[in-house]
Amino acid sequence: MRGGMGKGIHFSKLYTFSCFRSKFEDEHGQLGQRGYSRIVFCNDPDNPEAVQLKYRGNYVSTTKYTALNFIPKSLFEQFRRVANLYFLVVACVSFSPLAPYTAVSVLAPLLMVIGATMAKEGVEDWRRRKQDIEANNRKVEVYGKNHVFNETRWKNLRVGDLVKIYKDEYFPADLLLLSSSYEDGICYVETMNLDGETNLKLKHALDETASLRDVRSFQNFKSTIKCEDPNEHLYSFVGTLYYGGQHHPLSLQQILLRDSKLRNTDYIYGVVVFTGHDTKVMQNATDPPSKRSRIERRMDKIIYILFSTLILISLTGSMFFGVDTKNDIRGGELKRWYLRPDKTTVFFDPKRASLAAFFHFLTGLMLYGYLIPISLYVSIEVVKVLQSIFINQDRDMYYEETDKPARARTSDLNEELGQVDTILSDKTGTLTCNSMEFVKCSIAGVAYGRGMTEVERALAKRKRSRPHEVTDSSSDLPECNDHVVDSGKPVKGFNFRDERVTNGNWVNEPHSDLIQKFFRVLAICHTAIPDVRKESGEISYEAESPDEAAFVIAARELGFEFFERTQTSISLHELDHESGRKVNRSYTLLHVLEFSSARKRMSVIVKNAENQLLLLCKGADSVMFERLSKDGRLFLAKTMDHLNKYAEAGLRTLVVAYRELSEQEYKSWEEEFLPAKTSVSAARDALIDAACDKIERDLILLGVTAVEDKLQKGVPECIDKLSKAGIKIWVLTGDKMETAINIGHACSLLTKGMKQIVITLDSPDISDLEKQGDKEAIQKASRESIAKQIGEAKAQIIARKESSVTFGLIIDGMSLDFALTKSLESSFLEVAVNCASVICCRSSPKQKARVTKLVKVGTGKTTLAIGDGANDVGMLQEADIGVGISGVEGMQAVMSSDFAIAQFRFLERLLLVHGHWCYRRITMMICYFFYKNITFGFTLFWFEAHASFSGQPAYNDWYMSFYNVFFTSLPVIALGVFDQDVSARLCLKHPLLYQEGVQNILFTWHRILSWMLNGVISSMIIFFFITNSIVNQAFRRDGHLVDYEVLGVTMYTCVVWAVNCQMALSINYFTWIQHFFIWGSIAFWYTFLVIYGALPLKVSTTAYQVFVEACAPSPFYWLATLLVVVSTLLPYFAYRSFQTRFKPMYHDIIQRRRSEGSEAEVSAELPVRVKEKIDHLKERLKHRES
Amino acid sequence: MSVRGSGVDEVVGCLPLKLVVGYRSVDSGGYLGSIMLVMDSRFTQQELPACKPILTPRWVISAFMLVSIVFIPIGLASLFASRDVVEIIDRYETDCIPQALRNDKVKYIQGPEDKTCNRTLRVPKRMKQPIYVYYQLDNFYQNHRRYVKSRSDKQLKDPKSENDVSACKPEDATPPGSNPIVPCGLIAWSMFNDTYSFSRNSEQLPLNKKGISWKSDRQHKFGKEVFPKNFQNGTLIGGAHLNSSIPLSEQEDLIVWMRTAALPTFRKLYGKIEVDLQANESIEVQLKNYYNTYSFNGKKKLVLSTTSWLGGKNDFIGIAYLSVGGLCFVLAMAFTIIYLVKPRRLGDPSYLSWNRNP
Repeated sequence: MRGGMGKGIHFSKLYTFSCFRSKFEDEHGQLGQRGYSRIVFCNDPDNPEAVQLKYRGNYVSTTKYTALNFIPKSLFEQFRRVANLYFLVVACVSFSPLAPYTAVSVLAPLLMVIGATMAKEGVEDWRRRKQDIEANNRKVEVYGKNHVFNETRWKNLRVGDLVKIYKDEYFPADLLLLSSSYEDGICYVETMNLDGETNLKLKHALDETASLRDVRSFQNFKSTIKCEDPNEHLYSFVGTLYYGGQHHPLSLQQILLRDSKLRNTDYIYGVVVFTGHDTKVMQNATDPPSKRSRIERRMDKIIYILFSTLILISLTGSMFFGVDTKNDIRGGELKRWYLRPDKTTVFFDPKRASLAAFFHFLTGLMLYGYLIPISLYVSIEVVKVLQSIFINQDRDMYYEETDKPARARTSDLNEELGQVDTILSDKTGTLTCNSMEFVKCSIAGVAYGRGMTEVERALAKRKRSRPHEVTDSSSDLPECNDHVVDSGKPVKGFNFRDERVTNGNWVNEPHSDLIQKFFRVLAICHTAIPDVRKESGEISYEAESPDEAAFVIAARELGFEFFERTQTSISLHELDHESGRKVNRSYTLLHVLEFSSARKRMSVIVKNAENQLLLLCKGADSVMFERLSKDGRLFLAKTMDHLNKYAEAGLRTLVVAYRELSEQEYKSWEEEFLPAKTSVSAARDALIDAACDKIERDLILLGVTAVEDKLQKGVPECIDKLSKAGIKIWVLTGDKMETAINIGHACSLLTKGMKQIVITLDSPDISDLEKQGDKEAIQKASRESIAKQIGEAKAQIIARKESSVTFGLIIDGMSLDFALTKSLESSFLEVAVNCASVICCRSSPKQKARVTKLVKVGTGKTTLAIGDGANDVGMLQEADIGVGISGVEGMQAVMSSDFAIAQFRFLERLLLVHGHWCYRRITMMICYFFYKNITFGFTLFWFEAHASFSGQPAYNDWYMSFYNVFFTSLPVIALGVFDQDVSARLCLKHPLLYQEGVQNILFTWHRILSWMLNGVISSMIIFFFITNSIVNQAFRRDGHLVDYEVLGVTMYTCVVWAVNCQMALSINYFTWIQHFFIWGSIAFWYTFLVIYGALPLKVSTTAYQVFVEACAPSPFYWLATLLVVVSTLLPYFAYRSFQTRFKPMYHDIIQRRRSEGSEAEVSAELPVRVKEKIDHLKERLKHRES
Repeated sequence: MSVRGSGVDEVVGCLPLKLVVGYRSVDSGGYLGSIMLVMDSRFTQQELPACKPILTPRWVISAFMLVSIVFIPIGLASLFASRDVVEIIDRYETDCIPQALRNDKVKYIQGPEDKTCNRTLRVPKRMKQPIYVYYQLDNFYQNHRRYVKSRSDKQLKDPKSENDVSACKPEDATPPGSNPIVPCGLIAWSMFNDTYSFSRNSEQLPLNKKGISWKSDRQHKFGKEVFPKNFQNGTLIGGAHLNSSIPLSEQEDLIVWMRTAALPTFRKLYGKIEVDLQANESIEVQLKNYYNTYSFNGKKKLVLSTTSWLGGKNDFIGIAYLSVGGLCFVLAMAFTIIYLVKPRRLGDPSYLSWNRNP
């Protein structure tokens, strides 16, 4: 069990910093060597030696760019994209005579696209800069030469400065805590900005410096710190303080990190150790691993295809051109004499035709550059940012209780949300609320507490066919009315109802002394900090885990009120059962034997008022039961029975025990323990563990606690929906197998008809071997056992493949270790993917990440990891998409996630609605983008083929440059942002629709290539219909003919109409925005044509007056436009009509149902509106009353 | 609309920034909550009123029917218009070379012989005036990149920029580098120079050569004070000579020629005959066959054509309209039949399964 222990969360966090442990070896011994060479002259920053070290100042800059390097650096970033680089090269070459068009017309859109992206970067950076300026100019008090504290700005701090920080101020740099307003040199720190945890952490100064609490005492204070070099490990610090001629080892306990806040302490004094970018928090500021979506990766491939097409058609063109050019002079005779092939440049020289062909190839690359959409990346980026805003703004993913909306932390993965195949979920805090409630306990073999847990309710539901079989495990006594007991107001974290114990009634119980001891352990054995409200006298607790808070609260509610903690003592208000009054009892705190994941227990050694030495201990059953003394096993059997029942009911259990120590025993143990604690060698942890082990034995069992981790609202329904959508859900939890299975049932992961496959090492043979202690034999036997179990599971699955039986796989952490080895990995995966749901229990954070990787790499499908705690960080970063729950366990998970939501149930909407939409929108957008550029690019090709492949573009330069920027881009963006195939309600109603994304049927090669083919067909229709219908004969009554300029305008008109109408045809959702953009784009083309044509000849060149004078009065122009536009739309329209009729896609069916059942929908929607109105009225009524 | 949270300018703050640890404003305790705001409007909730077109059979059939109903009449109308146009085409590039010299046509055309050639055209149907006279060239790449660019718009318009000839090489100046040619460039240099004159019953038919070019060209592209200079003075003579006493704005043949054609087969307006021609009349054409299309195997045609409301004679657009309209009609019928014979509800729930394509 992870929670419930003081340092649980902290230590588990260490897993996220891999290779942390190895670095720790022999840490103090390395001081002065490489990596541990920092020297700080405390209170003496002007010391020549210190100046020589040239440590960086405290000025901090989090910006990506500076004013100087912004242009070059951001340009460099831009041109790392192949497409942009291509356009840059094109723009450069376009200044040469090779270019088929003017250089400005290429450069302008490129500059626009790059300018837009750079502006975005700039604005983001400016925002960061403003924050930097604010942070750098905060005030802090520094001890100056005049022996008083003077105010200065943060940025002026130097290493070695002595600073004074007041309550609720942020630390300006990483400080060594010297002393505080408390005598014993402790202070409380809030590390919200570091890890998001709101609880307070206790730091204490060295005893030697704790006395420096007076301004005058600093006059002669001089010392040196030797410590590690700046590094990013937030949870480690190695150093030594040389003070008063002695070495004092320093640890993280004395270090105050920048960006954390001083709380509950009036002031502290500290020495600056790391400044500015050397501070640990700044060293941690790295970009998360960048993730790219599948769609984007495929898009790259499409771009490569287009590049190849580009090269291919350029090559074809240059081959024909070469031949044509060579033939211009044959046998000394000029063939096409009007081109003067005898007197020409190298680009058209028949004598050097192959060279000319090569140059023409370059020209072709430029000319057909329109096949590669220059604005694609920018448009997609814009679309994704807007999509994320919609995600952020979604009312239905806004959690009012904590005022947290959903938040897309990256916009790169929106469409990936629509393709999730497997969800890997954490349990605690993700499926459950992680607000622990103390519901039951078993003391001295008697079970107390009669609340019914959610899991039990689910169990009852399952077993409804066999009623009354399930009985409340605590109902030893006849049921009594809950309401009688439930008199007080509900207390958060406390849901314990049993009149035998509450209100001090426990005194009358048979083992009241044990009950007293039990609750004392709960009240003393922890690391929580009380927070007494002055006005009301109410006490709340700052605990490091919700379990621990639940214990302290339970103890308080039952009359053991913990109210004060000092460095050396813990004080309780206890109900004296003889006098019936509250008395203060103080316990001298001698040692805290902290929790670690290896020890799975924590203890405190205290001395009570009667001078009795007590060791109070709580821990996981697996380690506790074996540490009981012979006398302490009195209630073992009954307790174990209760423990199992609790675990079955999905409760988290801890065993509580104590022991009395004799003075001698304690003394001799302390002699061993103290050196271990203060040792600086590598084996310190091991020494401490060994020492602790020596005293944590012969315990006397008191009982078991059971804490409920409540399921979050809507979790079972959400999981049900997601699995209906065909998404596989794996739960990776640290819990016990029984608990995990029960939670699985409660949240409908495991269902009644499901066949459960359990892979575990919990077999008699293995435990026999364990007793013998032969590690290698255990390893071997375990491996064999796991291999066998996996093999059996496989056979089972194959045997039942035909039947509709679904499987659920449950595997525990130990087995997982073996299953994840190279040899078993693939078969394990094969079994796992064939199961509808998988539960991995007792898995460590590292295992979670490994499982995620296995699924991701093994299946090649999109994985989504969801979690809330620091222990999920590895998993979140490993998965294709990491979703963090901004719950109670701090912000670590959210900080490393791609999306953050407040509740698990929002995942349903995030995936089924936003994911589906975004996937659809992006895929359609990309397909369409390629379609429109191919349509345009190929008309250029057909024309060039009719211009002797000379590289003459069909259109005016500016028509071409504005194609991607003005005439066709906004409708695509509208499509990418707003399109919906079906409404959100229907998305949720038909979760199967989500499979469109999982199977990626909207972005298959078939579909992409069809769109491209459609583009080619459109371009052919446009070119050949137009040339055949209007060229050659008079195109107006007055006998005028179509020339190069008129043909260009006519074709271009058709292209603009065709691609925009194609858009209108493929859109599913027409709001005024779509109408505005689509028809607006077409209208804008005509406006542009008129305005540009009216400009002086020098500017408009071939576009001069073309539309007004030539095209508009010609009926042929309009007739050809209508003909061509309808003909280009016909193939797609006919295809879609046949497809929706004969092979409808899933969304087609739903759309049809929607339209057919429109009456039903109206009636279904009406009540919602009515209900809203009623709610509104109710609110108003309430206001009036109050 | 309810707005939760603080200032609007902070909305952008929730755009994805990739910085993991940065600075948050000191005052904002829970930075996640306070910088976000959820606006409850139909726009942000993506619930704008929208039309959601779907392809129901009725829609499909009506769309196809609509297209055929619109297209078939248009097709018929334009086909009739095209049929109304009377067009006489006379291909003469071979016939106008004496039989004996047809072995080496290029030599003939470049030679000093008299190039006069008489042709007789029969009017098939009554042709109402104006009758447009075109020449048609084949396999002539006026849209070649080298050719298209070989001109100077500045020089054509403004007498002061007669030295602006950089784009015109090699027809920029004679001898190269000294006296600029006006109009410079390959286009002007290669100007078409066959001439036609028409007579009916030995009576000259007047040919109007005014107004054959675009008005904007005459007024804005070709200057009234720009006169041909050094034109066709080089060693190699391309095409027509120009009268250097007439300003460019009035040299309509040049203006027409300078509007480059779109495709290698093109017609250009030569003049207008402004009298009606009766059916079965014979028109004699006296033609000077100067222009060399023989080097590149180009055809030459003389075209006389009337126009209808639509323009010249072209059946393609009418046929295309009829075909598309007809196709849509067939499709509409096909869908109707499918719908009648095998009506199936598209929203059939039996489709709601992914099993059919695993």
